[in-house]
Amino acid sequence: MKIDRRCFLSLGVGAGAGIALSPLPWKITDDLSIWTQNWSWTPVPATGEFTTVNTICTLCPGGCGISVKKVDNRAIKIEGMTDHPVNGGGICSLGLSGLQLLYGPTRIKTPLKRTGERGSGQWTALSWDQAIAEVAEKLNAIRTSGSPQSVACISGATSPTVSRLIDRFMAAYGSPNSLSVPTFIDSYRAALQLMHGVAANPGFDLEHAGYILSFGSGLLDGWGSPVRTFKANSGWKKSKVKLVQIEPRLSRTAAKADVWITINPGTESDLAMGIAHVIIKESLFKADFVQNYASNFNEQFRKLILDNFSPETVSKTTGVDSASIIMIAREFAKAKNPLAVCGRGQGNIPGGMNEFLAVHALNALVGAINREGGIWAVADMPVSDWPAVQQDSTATTGSRRPRLDNAGTQAFPVAMSLLNQFSSALISGKPYPVQALLMVESNPVFTLADSESTRNALNKIPFIVSFSSFMDDSAALSDLILPNHVYLERMEDVASAAGFNRPLIGLCQPVVTPGLDTRHVGDAVILLAQALGGAIADAFPWDSFENCLEETLGDQLETLKEKSFVVDEGFQPDSWATAFHTPSQKFEFIPTALASKKPFAPINPEGDASAFPVILLPYDTMRISSGFIGNPPFLTKTIEDTVLKGTHSLIEINPKTAQTFGLKEGNMAMLQTPKGQAPVQVHIDDGIMPGVIALPRGLGHVAYDSYLAGKGVNINRLIGSVPDPVSGLDAAWGIRAKLSKA
Amino acid sequence: MSTFNHADSSVSDTEETQSGEGSGGVVFLFFLIGLAASLIVGWVVFPKLLYSQKHQPVDFNHVLHNELVSEGCESCHFFREDGTFSGAPKLAQCIECHEDVQGESEEERKFVEEYVKKEIEVPWLIYARQPDCVFFSHAAHVKTGKMDCVTCHGEMGESTTLRVYESNRITGYSRDIWGHNIAGFKRNTWDRMKMDDCAECHQQKKEMLGSVQTQKEGCFVCHK
Ligand code: SF4
Repeated sequence: MKIDRRCFLSLGVGAGAGIALSPLPWKITDDLSIWTQNWSWTPVPATGEFTTVNTICTLCPGGCGISVKKVDNRAIKIEGMTDHPVNGGGICSLGLSGLQLLYGPTRIKTPLKRTGERGSGQWTALSWDQAIAEVAEKLNAIRTSGSPQSVACISGATSPTVSRLIDRFMAAYGSPNSLSVPTFIDSYRAALQLMHGVAANPGFDLEHAGYILSFGSGLLDGWGSPVRTFKANSGWKKSKVKLVQIEPRLSRTAAKADVWITINPGTESDLAMGIAHVIIKESLFKADFVQNYASNFNEQFRKLILDNFSPETVSKTTGVDSASIIMIAREFAKAKNPLAVCGRGQGNIPGGMNEFLAVHALNALVGAINREGGIWAVADMPVSDWPAVQQDSTATTGSRRPRLDNAGTQAFPVAMSLLNQFSSALISGKPYPVQALLMVESNPVFTLADSESTRNALNKIPFIVSFSSFMDDSAALSDLILPNHVYLERMEDVASAAGFNRPLIGLCQPVVTPGLDTRHVGDAVILLAQALGGAIADAFPWDSFENCLEETLGDQLETLKEKSFVVDEGFQPDSWATAFHTPSQKFEFIPTALASKKPFAPINPEGDASAFPVILLPYDTMRISSGFIGNPPFLTKTIEDTVLKGTHSLIEINPKTAQTFGLKEGNMAMLQTPKGQAPVQVHIDDGIMPGVIALPRGLGHVAYDSYLAGKGVNINRLIGSVPDPVSGLDAAWGIRAKLSKA
Repeated sequence: MSTFNHADSSVSDTEETQSGEGSGGVVFLFFLIGLAASLIVGWVVFPKLLYSQKHQPVDFNHVLHNELVSEGCESCHFFREDGTFSGAPKLAQCIECHEDVQGESEEERKFVEEYVKKEIEVPWLIYARQPDCVFFSHAAHVKTGKMDCVTCHGEMGESTTLRVYESNRITGYSRDIWGHNIAGFKRNTWDRMKMDDCAECHQQKKEMLGSVQTQKEGCFVCHK
């Protein structure tokens, strides 16, 4: 018998036939297909009994109620809370992606201490005891050397009690430099302070407004409380309420508005004045309000407007033709429940007081103040008393030193905190340098204007402590990180939703028990105070933040734990007779405090027009979170490729403007401003006015994770801060710029 | 070139046959060996290799429990208030009776000591769990469709011991889905739980049921 090649071939054929006659190939194919459809490493929500925890989303100032579904201790889905007065079951895409912030890789897992160069990303883990001891030791040394004022804190905390706790810590320690992160709400507060004489938040009765005049507010781009505004807009569409959007570019809001009016950027207050001119001239104003509840209308405001802001004059500065101005003025004044709003885009930059005062004056003219469908002054809720801080002598001396940000000085008496000016003081080192900086829920390196200078200034601070939950751009530059829980793990109170028109407080409740070695920043502050000892420790009679919260909220806490919010449903704003507490006890069109200033003068953008022929505008979108919270990967996925392509930011530019620079769609260009330069890709779009170019806010992170870092340009690198002459807050709405082919 | 080779080899073939060594039979023998070996691999060895055998953490006697409860299967495998199905019971339910050891059984002692006392959930291996890419609602089938448990799960309630759980080494899922017959033959409705088995019933009930699933044939009706 001879075994040859054919035998083996035959064996193979037999084997093949046998395999084909067995279930093996079909079964393997089936299993492989099941395997590829269910990769074992793809996270799958746990199965089991659902429970739901109601809490508040604090990812933006929107203050939406959310219901988080979980199985055991695993959160699996975030939904809008159906009976919440702000969002009534709605949710935005950022809120929906919140679980990626809870479970994402960018969380800081344990206290960290820097080991390498600043920003090199080399850390070693510490225990909480070690971390608190290290911070206490450094802060103690600074205090002993007699300069407690040189310690500053920047806090964007969403909890009023946390903010109070931090202010208290700074007071007991002896520093006047406790800073908060401002938004357009702060400008509205300043306007209400000046024109009404009250400390109140603006509340917009959007649901009952009958005509909306928006001066660049991104009502559908994340302004105020985004979900609530979206819902209000659906109501407007149903009941045919007209929305007029005044803006130099076709934002989503402009695209969905009934009328879109393009305007030369920065001249919005002029247009408001022009509209006021028509209303006054044609006697369309609410005579009752103007005559009985406002002071000096005839002598001052009326004269100012009639002398300077005729539609013809205004049309020259704003670029809006006078016929349109007249038309809008008439429509606005004659509409039932008209409402004018401002605060550009999402209102992340406080903005110029000229706009806020002018737009608020417009509302006053038509009586849209504290009335149905108008803007209401919602007075601050009383807070429960805490025992006064007993400062020791070091603290007394330290806190008497001037604030680094000039807030509350003669120049800016209305301001409580001026973060934009603080960064200039940091950069200049005057009147005294900062020796230590604490950062709570804020990412100043990324969010402050002129971010490169801010980064350099921060680099000069010898000791930086971050309480961030994430490795954000500022945390990456710090020396020690004491990571906070993320919102879904925290128990804390939440201030009302931005622009909500009834008194409301919310409770953020832990959805899951914290899974990492993090601590609530309130607890960290209390521990720090205890470690510092003496009068500082005495100022904190609570053994934990929860204990402090229980004492602060009292009986309300139980109600809050049940529903996670308490709202004053029947709230009615003060009547005109009792609402105003200005020096004249009336509404002041031109506030007494500003009599010597020019409150309605436009703010000019930085830069020389001959060197920088166009104007660069930042814009906001619901798809990019531009504040302390960075985009979760799900949200980044939704960004269009006309905004971000690969790692390039696209600059929106009108075809005419592109032609003057010799640029074509898709070209790479160098964008230059007086503050810096950055490479951008050209996106030609008819939706933006000639002479104006635009970039989104919120891109260009250098830290976080690979889903976010290195994508696009941070526009804050290219824009400086322009302090508002009245409030002192940042009023920069754009900057001069030029483009060249790269 | 290839034509030449071909011709060449056929020449040599003829030569071998002519040499009279009966290699045609040998070749056929090899064919049979290959065939037999691979049939054994395909039908016997492969299923053994494909599935790993796992024992349930604790043995469980359905018959015994069934006698003690009043509502049959639903006593322990119940619908929650929101309509979702509870599946295998959680410790909390077992504890209602088994806070302490009740009987003589070694398995019960193990259960009480290892799980109840330590408050650890029993990691039951679920024979009938469908892959994650499938939507399945018990409520739609049991409550609305009025199906009984046996149609899909077989006579589970009549078992006195829990059988070995066979886990597919490629997919990680239970053997019950494909069925115990490796060729996919089935005699009972519960022998297999593949898509075709869902479809079979849904086709039959087409007239009777008005649900979305029976009317449409889009993938995403049942798959995610
Ligand atoms: S709008 Fe703001 S508060 Fe509401 S869900 Fe979205 S991120 Fe959260």
